[in-house]
Amino acid sequence: MTDMETRAAVTVGAEGAPPRSRKSAATHRRFAPERRRNWLITIMLWLLVLYFILPIWWLVVSSTKDNSALFSTFGLWFAPELSLWENLQTLFTIRGGLFGRWILNTVFYAGTAAVGATLLSAMAGYAFAKYRFPGSAALFSITLGAIMIPLTALALPTYLLFSRAGLTDTPWAIIVPSLVSPFGVYLMRVYAADAIPDSMIEAARVDGAGEFRIFWQVGLRLLGPGLVTVFLFSLVATWNNYFLPLIMLNTSELYPLTVGLAQLQSAASAGGGSQALFSTVITGSFVSILPLVIAFLFLQRYWQSGLATGGVKG
Amino acid sequence: MSTAPALDDERPSAAAPRKKRRTSANQRKLNRAAYLFILPFFVIFTTMLVIPLVYAGYLSLFESKLIGGETFAWFANYARAVQDPDFLAGLGRMALFLVIQVPIMLGLSLFLALALDSGRARGSRSVRLLVFMPYAVPAVVATLMWGYLYGPDFGPIAQIARSVGFGTPDFLSPENILGSMMNIVSWEFIGYNMIIMYAALRSIPSELYEAAEIDGAGQIRTAWSVKIPAIRPAILLTVIFSIIGTFQLFNEPSLLNAIAPDAITNSFTPNYYAYNLAFINQELNYAAAIAFLLGIVIAITSYVVQLNEQRRERKERSGA
Repeated sequence: MTDMETRAAVTVGAEGAPPRSRKSAATHRRFAPERRRNWLITIMLWLLVLYFILPIWWLVVSSTKDNSALFSTFGLWFAPELSLWENLQTLFTIRGGLFGRWILNTVFYAGTAAVGATLLSAMAGYAFAKYRFPGSAALFSITLGAIMIPLTALALPTYLLFSRAGLTDTPWAIIVPSLVSPFGVYLMRVYAADAIPDSMIEAARVDGAGEFRIFWQVGLRLLGPGLVTVFLFSLVATWNNYFLPLIMLNTSELYPLTVGLAQLQSAASAGGGSQALFSTVITGSFVSILPLVIAFLFLQRYWQSGLATGGVKG
Repeated sequence: MSTAPALDDERPSAAAPRKKRRTSANQRKLNRAAYLFILPFFVIFTTMLVIPLVYAGYLSLFESKLIGGETFAWFANYARAVQDPDFLAGLGRMALFLVIQVPIMLGLSLFLALALDSGRARGSRSVRLLVFMPYAVPAVVATLMWGYLYGPDFGPIAQIARSVGFGTPDFLSPENILGSMMNIVSWEFIGYNMIIMYAALRSIPSELYEAAEIDGAGQIRTAWSVKIPAIRPAILLTVIFSIIGTFQLFNEPSLLNAIAPDAITNSFTPNYYAYNLAFINQELNYAAAIAFLLGIVIAITSYVVQLNEQRRERKERSGA
C-alpha cells in the first residue's frame, strides 16, 4: 500500500505543476507584481490562524503532561516535568498494546479504500471525459445526484445487508462502502478533460495501442495531481470515519483509531479521572493526527494543483 | 440535477469519432472499452448505494410487532415521524445550524480565501496550510479535544476566565451546547471550504482583473464585483456540501454525550436519533423511515438552493 502511494507520488513527481489548459484557467497571472503588503490584513489573518492552531497546540502540550499536571498546570504551556515518554509507553502497552493494532487497522482500511476509490474514480472519470457512449450523460447525472445522498442515512441498511451476508465485524465492512466516491468521479472527469489532450489518445491509437494500455500509460501519468487529490480526500474520509466502523465492528482488535479513542474516552469519563486515562486519551489523539497532517504537508503541491484544475470552474 | 457547475457535455471530444449514423465496428470497440472503464465503479456504486437506498425505502414501509412479525404498514412510520416531537426538535436544531453556523463558517472561509488571494498578507502560504490543518483532524479527535478545552476543570478557557475573574463559563450546559457544537464544526471545516474557494479564485482568468484595473476598481471593489461573482459555482458547491454535512451531524453529539449527558438527548440530531432508534431501541423500521425522510429533507433543501441560484442567474442574464 505504501508502495502504491510512493509510486503514485513518483509518477507525478516530474509534472506536479497543473496542466496548462487551453482556456487559460489555473494560470492566474498576477497583474501587479509589486504588491504592498497590508499589515491590517496580515494581523487579522494571523489572529484567525491562532484560533485554528491553539487547540492543536494545547493537544501537543497536554500530551507531555501526566494526569495530575493536566489538572494543576496552565493548559497552553508545558508543565515543569515532561511525561511524554511515559504517556507513550502507557498508550502502547494499555490493554495489551491495542493502540498499535488500531493504528495498523486504520492505515490498512484507509490506505486500501483510498487506493481503490482513486482507481475506480480515475477509470470512470476518464471514460466520461474521453468517450462518447450511449447512456454516458444519464449515468453521469446519476453519479452527480449521488453526491447529495447522505451516506450516513445509508449506513443502517448497509449494516443490515452486510449482517445478512455475514460480513459485519470484518475489514470488508469498512473498506467496500468506502470505495464509492461520486465526487471523485466528478473531479477526475473535469481533470481528465483538461489534462489529457485528445490528440495524444489519437496518436496512441494510430500506433496500435489498446484502449487500456493508453489509459495506463498515457492517461494515468497525466492525471497525477488529480489522482493525489482524490487519493488524499478518500484517505481522510476513511481515516476519519467514525459512524461506519462504530456500527459495523464489535471486536476491539478490528477497531480503527477513531472508534478506539472514543471507547478509551468513555472509559476515562466513567473512571472519573482516577485512573491515568485522560493523559492516555490525549496522547493517543495527538499520535492519531500525526500521519494525516504529515501526508497533507508533503503532498500539498499535488493536491493544491489538483483542486485548482478539478476545482469547480465557473 | 447537477450540483456541479455546468460541464459542457455537448462539446464533442475530438478523440471520439464523429460518425453518428451507424455504429461502426470501431465505435463499438470504443463503447465496449468505455463500459469496461466505468463498470467497476458502477458495480460498487450499485451494491453500496442503490441497493441500500432501495432497502431502506422497503424497510421503512413495514412494522415489526411482537405478535405477527413484520407487517406491511404503508406510511405509518412516516406519519409517526412527522408528528414525532423528538425528530422535529432535532430537525429544528439543524435548521438553526443552517441559518447561523453555515453562513458564519462560509463567510469566514470566503474572507480568508479572498485575503489570501489578494496577496496582501505576509506568510500567506503558511496561513493557508495552518487554517486547513483541522481538516486532517478526525471529528472524533476534534470533539475530544474541544471537549477538554471546554472542560470546567482543566480546560484552558475556564482557566483563563477564572484568572481574569469571570468565573467558570459552562460550555456544556443544555443552553450552550448547540453553540459549542457549532464552534467545533466551524473549526473543522472553515479551512476545507476556504481551500475550495481559494482554488476557484486562482483559476479566474486574468483578463477579468485587467478590466477591473483599467476601470480603477480598488481591492474591495474588485473582490465584490469581480471575484465573488466569478467563483459563485464554487461557493454554491460549499453551500450544498455544508447543507448535507449539517443534516448528517452524528460524531459531535454522540461524543459530547459522554461528557455532557444532560445536555445531549438521544435525539439531539436526526442522525443520532436514527442511530439510537436502530441500535439501542431496536426499532429498525422506524429508524429506516427517519433516515429516508432525512435524505428527502436534504435533497429538497439542496434542490431549492440550486433552483434559487439558477433563477438568479437567468435574471442576471436577461437583465444584463
